[in-house]
Amino acid sequence: MASRTHAGAVPSTLPRHQILDEQGAIADDPLLSPYVADVTVEQLQHLYRSMTAARRVDEEGTSLQRQGQLVLWVPLRGQEAAQVGSVWPTLPTDRIFPSYREHAVAFERGLAPSDLMRLFRGITAGGWDPEEHNLNLYTMVLASQVPHAVGYAMGTALDRKAAQDAGTPPETDPEAVIAYFGDGASTEGEIHESMVFAASYDAPVLFFIQNNQWAISVPFATQSRVPLATRAAGYGFEGLRVDGNDILGVVAATRYALEKIRAGEGPVLIEAETYRMGAHTTADDPTKYRERDEEEQWGHLDPVDRLRAHLRDAHGVEDEFFETVARENDEIAQRMRADVLAMTPPRFEDSFAKAYAEQHSLVDAERAEYLDYQVGFAPQDEMDTHDTRGAGA
Amino acid sequence: MTQLTVAKAINAGLARAMEENPKVMLMGEDIGSLGGVYRVTEGLKSRFGAHRVLDTPLGEAGIVGTAVGLAERGYRPVCEIQFDGFTFPAFNQITTQLAKIHARSDGQLTVPVTIRIPYGGVIGSVEHHSESPEALFAHTAGLRLLAPSNAQDAYWMSQQAIACDDPVIIFEPKRRYWLKGEVDEKTSPGDPFKASVIREGEEATIVAWGPLVPVALAAAEAAREDGRNVEVIDLRSLSPIDFDTVTASVRKTGRLVIAHEAPTFGGLGGEIAARVTERAFYSLEAPVLRVGAYHLPYPPAAVEENYVPDLDRVLEALDRSFAY
Repeated sequence: MASRTHAGAVPSTLPRHQILDEQGAIADDPLLSPYVADVTVEQLQHLYRSMTAARRVDEEGTSLQRQGQLVLWVPLRGQEAAQVGSVWPTLPTDRIFPSYREHAVAFERGLAPSDLMRLFRGITAGGWDPEEHNLNLYTMVLASQVPHAVGYAMGTALDRKAAQDAGTPPETDPEAVIAYFGDGASTEGEIHESMVFAASYDAPVLFFIQNNQWAISVPFATQSRVPLATRAAGYGFEGLRVDGNDILGVVAATRYALEKIRAGEGPVLIEAETYRMGAHTTADDPTKYRERDEEEQWGHLDPVDRLRAHLRDAHGVEDEFFETVARENDEIAQRMRADVLAMTPPRFEDSFAKAYAEQHSLVDAERAEYLDYQVGFAPQDEMDTHDTRGAGA
Repeated sequence: MTQLTVAKAINAGLARAMEENPKVMLMGEDIGSLGGVYRVTEGLKSRFGAHRVLDTPLGEAGIVGTAVGLAERGYRPVCEIQFDGFTFPAFNQITTQLAKIHARSDGQLTVPVTIRIPYGGVIGSVEHHSESPEALFAHTAGLRLLAPSNAQDAYWMSQQAIACDDPVIIFEPKRRYWLKGEVDEKTSPGDPFKASVIREGEEATIVAWGPLVPVALAAAEAAREDGRNVEVIDLRSLSPIDFDTVTASVRKTGRLVIAHEAPTFGGLGGEIAARVTERAFYSLEAPVLRVGAYHLPYPPAAVEENYVPDLDRVLEALDRSFAY
C-alpha cells in the first residue's frame, strides 16, 4: 500500500481483531472469540461454500462481460470473507443496504445470481424485489444508500415505539439495519451526515465498511490517515477494526455489533480490512496504478485459502469436500450464464410506467408520442428493436 | 371557510395530514421547538410529539437521505429545507435517489417524501435566501413540483403532496407567507397538478406561479384600465405542467406572457413558450414573451427589486406583446 507521512499525524491505537490467523490457525481474541465459540464445522463448510460460489460467479461475470454479454461487471474477488462473514449472522428481518460490489452478501441473503446479473446485463437499474430478501437495491452513487439505511433504522425504532405505546410486548430480536460501503465512499459528506443522524437518533444500524485499500486508483492513504473504525469515536459510538480476510473474525465482530444494536446500544461501525484483488470494474486497469508486489503480498492473505487451510488443518476436512464444492460452483456459474443469455431486454415503452407511481400528464403524453412515432417504422425495422444484448453494450 | 395566512394554512394542512395518518412525520432544522424560522410548523411538536416532529441535526443531505429510508419503511416524511439556497447540499439525494428509486426498482419501491422549500426573493435578506431553483428540479424526471400561491392551495396542496405516492417538492412563496385568504377546509380544490384560470380575459394571457401570481393579477387589473382584457393563469403545478389549460387560453387570446422569479435563461418560461408555440402556432398574434430574472447570481437585497420581475416589467411585456 502506498504510504505517506503527515507532519503532526496522530497514530491510531485501535486494536485490529483477528481470530483466524494468516495460516488459518485460531488466534485467541479476548473480546470476540466467545462470539464464534459455537460455530460448527458444518457451518464453516457452509461459509466456505458461500465464499467460493460467489468467487466462481464473479469469475463468470468477468467472462460474460468480456464476451459482450454484460454491460459491466464489478469483481469482488478478495472480499468474500468480509461479505459472507458480515451477512451470515443477520436475521431475515434485518434490512441490508448494499453499495454495488456486495454480490456475496446478496447471494447469502438468498438472491439468485441471475437476478443480480439483470442490472449488469443492462436490462434494469434494479433487478429484484427489495422486500423478498430484505435486501435493498444496488446504489451507484457512492454513499447515497447510507443515509437511507439510517432513515430505515430510525423507522424501525419508531415502529418499536409505536408498538410499545400500543402495549404490544417487545420483540425478542429487534430488527437491525446494515449499511455497506467502502473506504472510498467513506470520504463522501453523506457518510458524515449519516453517522451524525444515526448517533443523534440511536439508530439500530451497523455501518459495515469494507476497506479494500483502493478507491479505483486512489490508495487508502489518500482517504484517511487512520483506520476508518477510529472515526466512530468522534461520533460517540463503537468502532471495531477487524481482519476482513478472516471469516471468523468478521462473523464474531458482526455478532458482537448486532447484539449491541439489538440491545438498543447502536449504532456500531465495523471496518473490515481486506483487499480488492481484481480490477475496480471490468472497465478498470489496475496495472496503471498499483504494484504487482502489493497484489502478491495480499494474495498470500486470500480469505478463501485461509478458510480452506483451517478446514483441513483444524477439522480434517478432506479433498473430496473441496472438489464437490468446486463442481457445485461450476454448476451454479453455468446456470447463471444460461439464465443471463436467455434474458430479453425490456420494452422501452414500459419505462414510461415506471418513472412515477401515479399518473403524470407529461409522461403520458410523451409515451403516446413515442408509440405514435414507432408506428411509422413498423414492420420492417422491427428486427432492430429485438437486439438481445440489451442497452449500452 | 376560515381566513388564514399562507403560513397558517400550511400549518393547518400539515396538522390535518398528521391527524389522519400516524405515518406522517415532519423533519427539518429548527422546525420543532422554534416552529421553523418562518413559524410554519409552530405548535406541531407540542401537539404531535418529538417523535413525529424532528428537530434534526443540521444537514440537508441527512434530512432528505434519512427521509428516503423512512419512506421505504412506510413513513410519509415531510422535510423542511430552511431556505431555497440550502437545498443544494441535498441535491444529490433529491435528484439521484429520491427521484429515481421508483424507476430503479421497476416500480417496486415508492418513496412518498414531501420536501417543503420556502422560495423566492424580495424579502430583504442575505445571499442564498431568495432563490428560485424550480427549473433544476422540474428537469428531473421522477419528481413532482407544486407552487401554491394562496392560502387555499397551501392548505390543500400540503395534504395532497403528502398523500401522493411520488416525491413532491412544494415551493412555498415565502414573501406571501402572511398573505391572507379564504380556506375551505371541507372542499378540496381538486387535482393539484392542474393549472387554474384565476381571471378570465380575451386579449392576452399571463402565466405565473407562486409569489408572482398577485403581480400577474395586478398587471391584468392595470391593463384593464388601459382597456385591455387579460386572462391570468395560476400554473400551480410545475411538474407536470398543465399545458392543456395554458394552450386553450392562448388559442383564445393569441398572446402569452410568462412571468417567473427565476432567471429567464433556462427557466420554465422557455419550456412553456416552446410547448405553446408547438401546439398553438397559428393562434399566436405575437411571440410568446418571458419575464424573469437576469442571468446573474441573486443580487444583494439593496438592488433585488431590479432583478426580480415586478408589476412594471410584466406590464412592459404585455405592451410589447400588444405591439405586434
